[in-house]
Amino acid sequence: MSRDGQNRRAYQELVKGLWRENPVFVQVLGMCPMLAVSNSAINALTMGLATFTVLLSSSLMVSSLRNLIPRQVRISCYIIVIATFVTVIDFVLLALVPDVHKELGAFIPLIVANCMILGRQEAFAAKHPVGLAAADAAGMGGGFALALFGLGGFREVLGSGSLFGVSLFGAHFEPWVIMLLPPGGFISLGLLLLVLNWVRSRRTQRSEDLVTAQGNPSR
Amino acid sequence: MKDPIIESRRYEASPTRLVVTLGLAGLLSGLAIVSAYEWTRPRIEANHASALREAVFRVLPGIVGLQRWAQRGGELRPADEDRAGERAIYAGCDDRDQLLGFAIPAEGAGFQDTIKLLFGYLPDQRSIVGVEVLESRETPGLGDRIYKDQAFLDNFRTLLVDPEIVLVKNGTKRAAHEVDSITGATISSQAVVNILNAGVQEWSRLLSATRTGSCGQTLEQPSPSGRNATSG
Repeated sequence: MSRDGQNRRAYQELVKGLWRENPVFVQVLGMCPMLAVSNSAINALTMGLATFTVLLSSSLMVSSLRNLIPRQVRISCYIIVIATFVTVIDFVLLALVPDVHKELGAFIPLIVANCMILGRQEAFAAKHPVGLAAADAAGMGGGFALALFGLGGFREVLGSGSLFGVSLFGAHFEPWVIMLLPPGGFISLGLLLLVLNWVRSRRTQRSEDLVTAQGNPSR
Repeated sequence: MKDPIIESRRYEASPTRLVVTLGLAGLLSGLAIVSAYEWTRPRIEANHASALREAVFRVLPGIVGLQRWAQRGGELRPADEDRAGERAIYAGCDDRDQLLGFAIPAEGAGFQDTIKLLFGYLPDQRSIVGVEVLESRETPGLGDRIYKDQAFLDNFRTLLVDPEIVLVKNGTKRAAHEVDSITGATISSQAVVNILNAGVQEWSRLLSATRTGSCGQTLEQPSPSGRNATSG
């Protein structure tokens, strides 16, 4: 494959995770942290970045070791790699941002069990060279972080009337507390999925119409 | 077409290789985790110590230095070293080197999980002068108002602990030992009151036997991060 072709392929792997195959909005993976820690923008952002870092590092590691790991023990090896990075990130967050770490609580260690991460190792990183694996991981991790941050921002604005702790509407705003509680997580995620699927289906419809119109010039 | 059985044979690894691979993975993982732990530990410990220290200064207004106290030979006295499983409290000293009061850690069941808090206590006046929640997983927006709602925290500016602290309906606080509850978070407010009552109960006997007065020469800083504080 030419250099240009390789770059294009890497670019495709990168952007597919952001929109077309977004892990949250399309594959609906990693729902546990998605609903649990999206009650404020800063929590969601930290969780998103932590997951992104773990996914990227694990994919790089798994992809570069893919020819050395016997297939019989591959899942155990992926889990060891992922768990190692999660533990390291846990310590780093505890040292750098203790307040946010306190809020996130058990959900940082639970990144190990995020099926999106193990899924990318098995489905992609183990079968592709390092460059493509990195592009795929960055796209998927970025897509996850963006979705989490979007939901976190949405819930914080409605539920606390603030963004990153900065009050937006003044003292007269009555916070919509349910948005911060678990039901609010389900409601906001449902609304976001509804809007995005609507946009997606309209796009598909329009391109199908276009194809039909071009394919039958006689009509 | 490739024969799947022949294909899988080609990738078959010997048992030794499997064990060695997993062993190596575990070893490398262990090394990485231990290095990360050792690398971040000083910072994490300093964070804990400074968070605790700041909390002590907030619950005991007017102090300029603090000492770690623990039970030694049946009575409370300054104890700098940390013994395993020991519970310590913190004495606050003012700028004339007089012992002002104690910051006491206490914990108990909240609505969702254990609430850990620190309260400032003046043994001479038998009153609480400040409460700081150190750890809680109370409901966001409702129960978390036990540390976000200033009106609730103002209950603890001067709160008598005798005969005991009582939670009353919001807006009906009349006596100096009553606490206005938070509307919508009665269980969390009650939890705070229960923790305070239990904490006072646990320490007041030891504290009443303790002489208060001069902080003396023993004023020491409990953590490396506390070096810059002025000692009385």
